[in-house]
Amino acid sequence: MSSDVHYTLHHPKWYRRRVSVWWWLQKRSYAQFVLRELTSVFVAFFAVVSLWQLHALGEGPEAYAHFMARLKSPLFLALHGVTFLFVLFHSITWFNLAPTAIVVRLRGKRVPDFVIAGMNYLVWLVASAAVAWLLLRG
Amino acid sequence: MAETITLSVARYRPEEEAEPTVQTYEVPYRKDWVVLDALNYIKDQLDGSLSFRWSCRMGVCGSCGMTVNGEPKLTCAVFLSDYLPGPIRVEPLQYFPIVRDLVVDISDFLEKLQKVKPWIILKEEKPLSEGEYRQTPDQLDTYKQFSMCINCMLCYAACPIYGLEPGFVGPAAIALAQRYNLDSRDMGAQERLDILSQKGGIWDCTFVGECTKVCPENVDPAGAIQQYKLAGAAHWFKSLLLPWGAK
Amino acid sequence: MDVSSCDVLVVGGGAAGLRAAIAIAEANLNLRVAVISKVYPMRSHTVSAEGGAAAVIKPNDSLDEHAYDTISGGDWLCDQDAVEAFVNEAPVEMLRLEHWGCPWSRQPDGRVAVRSFGGMKVERTWFAADKTGFHMLHSLFQTTLKYEAIQRYDECFVTKLLVEKGRCQGVVAIEVATGKILAITAKAVILATGGCGKVFPFTTNGAIKTGDGMALAYRAGAPLKDMEFVQYHPTGLPLTGILITEATRSEGGWLLNKDGYRYLQDYDLGKPQPKPVLRSMELGPRDRLSQAFVKEQAKGRTLEGPYGHYVHLDIRHLGEKLIDKKLPFVRALCRKYVNLDPVKEMIPVRPVVHYMMGGIHTDIYGATPLPGLYAAGEAACVSINGANRLGSNSLTECLVFGARAGQAAAAFAAEQKETNPAISAQARDEQRRLEESFLRKTDGKERIAPLREEMHKNMEACAGIYRTGAELKRAAQVLRGLQDRFHDLQLDDRSYTFNTELTAALELSFMLDVAEGIVASAFARQESRGSHQRTDHPQRDDDKFLAHSLAYRSPEGPPRIEHLPVTITRWPPGQRVYGK
Ligand SMILES: Cc1cc2nc3c(=O)[nH]c(=O)nc-3n(C[C@H](O)[C@H](O)[C@H](O)COP(=O)(O)OP(=O)(O)OC[C@H]3O[C@@H](n4cnc5c(N)ncnc54)[C@H](O)[C@@H]3O)c2cc1C
Ligand code: SF4
Ligand code: FES
Repeated sequence: MSSDVHYTLHHPKWYRRRVSVWWWLQKRSYAQFVLRELTSVFVAFFAVVSLWQLHALGEGPEAYAHFMARLKSPLFLALHGVTFLFVLFHSITWFNLAPTAIVVRLRGKRVPDFVIAGMNYLVWLVASAAVAWLLLRG
Repeated sequence: MAETITLSVARYRPEEEAEPTVQTYEVPYRKDWVVLDALNYIKDQLDGSLSFRWSCRMGVCGSCGMTVNGEPKLTCAVFLSDYLPGPIRVEPLQYFPIVRDLVVDISDFLEKLQKVKPWIILKEEKPLSEGEYRQTPDQLDTYKQFSMCINCMLCYAACPIYGLEPGFVGPAAIALAQRYNLDSRDMGAQERLDILSQKGGIWDCTFVGECTKVCPENVDPAGAIQQYKLAGAAHWFKSLLLPWGAK
Repeated sequence: MDVSSCDVLVVGGGAAGLRAAIAIAEANLNLRVAVISKVYPMRSHTVSAEGGAAAVIKPNDSLDEHAYDTISGGDWLCDQDAVEAFVNEAPVEMLRLEHWGCPWSRQPDGRVAVRSFGGMKVERTWFAADKTGFHMLHSLFQTTLKYEAIQRYDECFVTKLLVEKGRCQGVVAIEVATGKILAITAKAVILATGGCGKVFPFTTNGAIKTGDGMALAYRAGAPLKDMEFVQYHPTGLPLTGILITEATRSEGGWLLNKDGYRYLQDYDLGKPQPKPVLRSMELGPRDRLSQAFVKEQAKGRTLEGPYGHYVHLDIRHLGEKLIDKKLPFVRALCRKYVNLDPVKEMIPVRPVVHYMMGGIHTDIYGATPLPGLYAAGEAACVSINGANRLGSNSLTECLVFGARAGQAAAAFAAEQKETNPAISAQARDEQRRLEESFLRKTDGKERIAPLREEMHKNMEACAGIYRTGAELKRAAQVLRGLQDRFHDLQLDDRSYTFNTELTAALELSFMLDVAEGIVASAFARQESRGSHQRTDHPQRDDDKFLAHSLAYRSPEGPPRIEHLPVTITRWPPGQRVYGK
């Protein structure tokens, strides 16, 4: 990049490195970050499926049965498995990051990070348990 | 124990070469030497033409940031013994233009710092005769962490967003903006939010979080940016829902 | 070569320089101010100050007490009119910094907290934990960003003052990044270039503290005042010279010899008490504590390590909570650099060169005898520090006299007509000198490091805590020899781009000049006072030496020394009594 620039007296000839396309492979944490960004694709996928499910429900029992059958195809099952893993990864990294964004002060002292993250996890657990109970009770 | 240790040091002499090269030096190994001491040994005894910045040698002036074995570090705060048996790779900080050898150009940061208005903004300053602004230790505590920034630029060198998008204001400048926002004496939060909501501001950050990890002063710039985003989003919602009461 | 101009040029971006720049911008809106600094302002060595800054603010204190502590601490060598101005203006200056956002440590009620410091009878030292200088510098720097009138030349190294028709009219500087020569003309110039601890091998001072401004003024014909007074701080870490702040002792730390005995009680500094007592024991003045160390070493009661003799600083009894709250930086420094935790272990310490009481001779407005040239901060000698500075007075001094010099220079500049165009010829000469003696010189045989090392050895051996006439004489000869050898210097680096070998060479030559000033002034002062202890003249001699030393440059040869009486207003010379 700078090889076509020639040095002239008293003028800076800075060398600028171009960022490589593979920058995110340089460090584990960078790769993790890119992976987290990638999870959004799967979150989106799951959202689309859910919308489709709602749509099918509105179309009547027949369409819904058809939809459920489609879901049982091996492709969808695999996709859901992967999506589950990514969404899990997304949620966990997200909750771990939450304390940096949310600073809660109680009586002038900052509430420690693990408490904030813990609260998030707690809410998550309770919500999941509630959903599981709703689904599995019948 | 090894008598000497090898340093492979990045060189760039713009008058002579088109791009950086590497030069290796053999320096005495001393248990209590920091990497900067080894660089000074090179400069004094082996090769007077090696250029780098330093001053305090106690981790507070922020001059001596370089990339050591791939990680941004203050060279006066990492020891040769941390990298046994060597060789130790010393390179300039990433993402900044290289001026010469281990020296990078940071004038970009100074411009950005000025842009975020890192000073106390008041509608009207109270007269000095009325004494100090009261600030309790707890109020001090809310912004203290962000005031510890030594402008060492390690966080910029760790931030891929800054590398990809040089227009990004960057971690330290945003942390310093937040430092003033949280200061009980300041009234400029809105002004700074307006500036930082623009292109190159807080929304460029996608939360890699590396800045906080490399910061030698535990400033937590990533935290500052996330808090800022939260404030920005809250402000946006408020102005959406209560257009008359947002300010 | 680039020629530019401004109305007032401030050389130095430390506390003194930045305060001066703001003072000018506020004094006269029409003036163009510029700050030139060889490092980015926030790298200036003010950044390393830990303990705090003194100013009377609490009801149990008074300006007179502050003045008396300062004057007796300075062994009556302070100019008392300067001290009175200083203590008067200190509180307002400190409050101003509070209004500018400095994160001072606070009392529970939100008021500024103060701590005690060595040689002070009342607690009056404002602090920002133990990073006071850092916070002051960054608050000041960030505040200067607000003023559009303040222009900056960052990383530009001043090599010469431009003097024409008996008036200082600007500087010549190297833009380090490109090697370009800048001629900057100005109607007034303020030198705020800091101290020169790097003249000595073992110092708390950073690499940039090489006495540049002192040498620049001296070469331009202004005298250096009281250069023989070099402060040793009693508690530096061996090897690195990293400072362990006096605040450790004001919080209650003890100095112990190898038998675990608080040895200061043997040196007229009072008796140990369970609680720290002001102006007593560990809270005595720095000169006396450093001298006690040398005597203790002579008695064989210090410890010995790979980096020389040392004693112990013990703060374990203060407890982890207090240490983390008030001395977190000390704990971090110890962990990092000596690999021990002061909560559990004792800290090895020894005296270390810390501060220059002397500097460029100025009046109480910061004006030097050379019209158009002003000085402030550690580079200047007003003098409020006399023969021994009290800890925490110098940060405040930077503010008070930075502001004063700024105002005086602004007033002076407003009265001047345009600067002289003949100046650029001088700048061209300077450019030629730099090229011929350094960048394009090929026949030299000397290298920087050996010359610097020899200067260091020489200064430590002959101009340290205790001195004799014979040693100082020898030191003067050695320095002359080094000056000659310097002319034979050869650089490895011929580049114009960020040539730090060139700046190191220039710094070495500045240091040699300053070292000569120190040695010659010390030789001429045949008495012992404050930090200047002559074993061949162990008494203070007010008849002959209640006077400042002024070192003038003489064309080839050692400096010429004159003496100037001290200004006494209300405090006639007395005995320095501590521990009573
Ligand atoms: C470790 C340590 C701890 C201290 N603790 C305290 C304390 O607790 N309380 C207290 O009151 N005092 C303390 N002091 C003393 C005090 O910090 C200094 O005296 C004070 O900061 C000096 O400030 P200054 O503005 O004069 O100079 P500096 O801050 O040293 O700034 C000098 C400026 O001049 C510039 N400069 C120098 N040469 C050139 C050149 N050739 N060309 C261009 N620019 C140049 C530099 O770049 C820099 O910007 C301490 C000192 C040290 C070393
Ligand atoms: S935030 Fe931390 S890493 Fe970034 S410049 Fe400041 S001190 Fe350095
Ligand atoms: S030299 Fe000052 S931070 Fe390393």
